[in-house]
Amino acid sequence: MVSPHVHVPVGAHYGWRDWLVQRVTAIVMLAYTALMIGLALWNGGFDYATWRSIFANGAFRVVSFLFMASLLWHAWVGVRNILMDYVKPAGARLLLECIVVAVLVAYLGWTISVLWGGA
Amino acid sequence: MSAADRPVATPKRPVYLNLFAIRQPIPAIVSILHRISGALLFLVGIPLILTGVQSSLASAERFAAFEAAWSSPIAKLVLLALVWSYLHHLLAGLRHLILDVHIGLDLKAARMSAALTLVLALVVTLAIGMRLW
Repeated sequence: MVSPHVHVPVGAHYGWRDWLVQRVTAIVMLAYTALMIGLALWNGGFDYATWRSIFANGAFRVVSFLFMASLLWHAWVGVRNILMDYVKPAGARLLLECIVVAVLVAYLGWTISVLWGGA
Repeated sequence: MSAADRPVATPKRPVYLNLFAIRQPIPAIVSILHRISGALLFLVGIPLILTGVQSSLASAERFAAFEAAWSSPIAKLVLLALVWSYLHHLLAGLRHLILDVHIGLDLKAARMSAALTLVLALVVTLAIGMRLW
């Protein structure tokens, strides 16, 4: 006889965590988008001097890094969902997932070099 | 087991999954566009943001060159496609967040918010497009 309260011993259970990650990262990106629109309106657009001075601010760099990290993590959850839906052969899917991870990690490195690599 | 061997009680159901012939409800259209815009942002948007910020911060000359690069009609179209992708993705995501807190769950409200997402993203993109040209 089967108990109705059996714990299902399958699945990686990351579905609910992905759901949460997608929402938290979305809210971070929403806030950053609002900040950028606010800065653009405040400065009446961006000329080179203003643009430089905004990125010279250490706190702004940290916030920008937070935005990019959120964007890349958000992209991972989304792109993996797309691959799970449309790429059925496991080998091809694994290969594509590895490529996506490598690209996203490279983007994170690129982000750091853009934000802190220069002057 | 071939179709002829099946028990008589099993009805023969029509298989009709031509996605272009099925009329999709507005929330479904918003949903697939959410996915397509996300894919575009991943494939084109992220590398463009990184090259853009990098070159625009490098020097005054490269900042000017980056601005000038957007003068060609093709570049403007690419930019508009990305602006629409960002807007549609943002608004459709915001709609999800609102649905998550159980606001607008009934059919009529869900259709309204989907239509609003679709129209608002297109209207704002169009307004930006008119400023670009």
